[in-house]
Amino acid sequence: MENRLKVLRAHRSWSQQDLGERLEVSRQSVNAIETGKYDPSLPLAFRIAAVFGLPIEAIFSTD
Amino acid sequence: MARTQAWRRYNWRAIWLSLAYAVFLIGAVYGFKHELIPGALKYPVALLPALPIIGLFISMGRYLVEEQDEYVRTLMVRQTLWASGFALSAATVWGFLQNFDLLGPVDGYWIVIAWYFGLGLGSVANKLTLGDGGC
Repeated sequence: MENRLKVLRAHRSWSQQDLGERLEVSRQSVNAIETGKYDPSLPLAFRIAAVFGLPIEAIFSTD
Repeated sequence: MARTQAWRRYNWRAIWLSLAYAVFLIGAVYGFKHELIPGALKYPVALLPALPIIGLFISMGRYLVEEQDEYVRTLMVRQTLWASGFALSAATVWGFLQNFDLLGPVDGYWIVIAWYFGLGLGSVANKLTLGDGGC
């Protein structure tokens, strides 16, 4: 799965730590999702979508 | 490993259980060595050092339940799978070598040591495949 997390985060000038705090996960987790090493669960994907105010499909897409 | 609240709680439990293990083990060894333990109590006293070790496994299970960061939890699940695979494989290999009289018997608790060594292998595997070593 691909995602636009890094771009969306950069537009808001958030660090990985900032985003992690908003999502209540570690910076390590944000990094793993951004780099495509880990695909988040559906509940976490919904939280990510809510934080950015976007639908999930605007953030995540299949390869 | 990210220092989540669940991880901190696990660490505290592990520290206390390790201290309990040391106290129980030293006490049991001293008691047996000086023949202070009556026959009926020998089994429970001999089992005392095993209880904190069992507690460590329960504590690991609780950690996996309590960990709210799903990625960090995944790292630890992968490590425990490596640990279990390694310990069970080591026991199997040793068992067959022993059956054919190529190796002597070993104390059963070595399986626990092998399991914890396997956690380390799992950490290396996480580092190599995901770039995160875990704990």
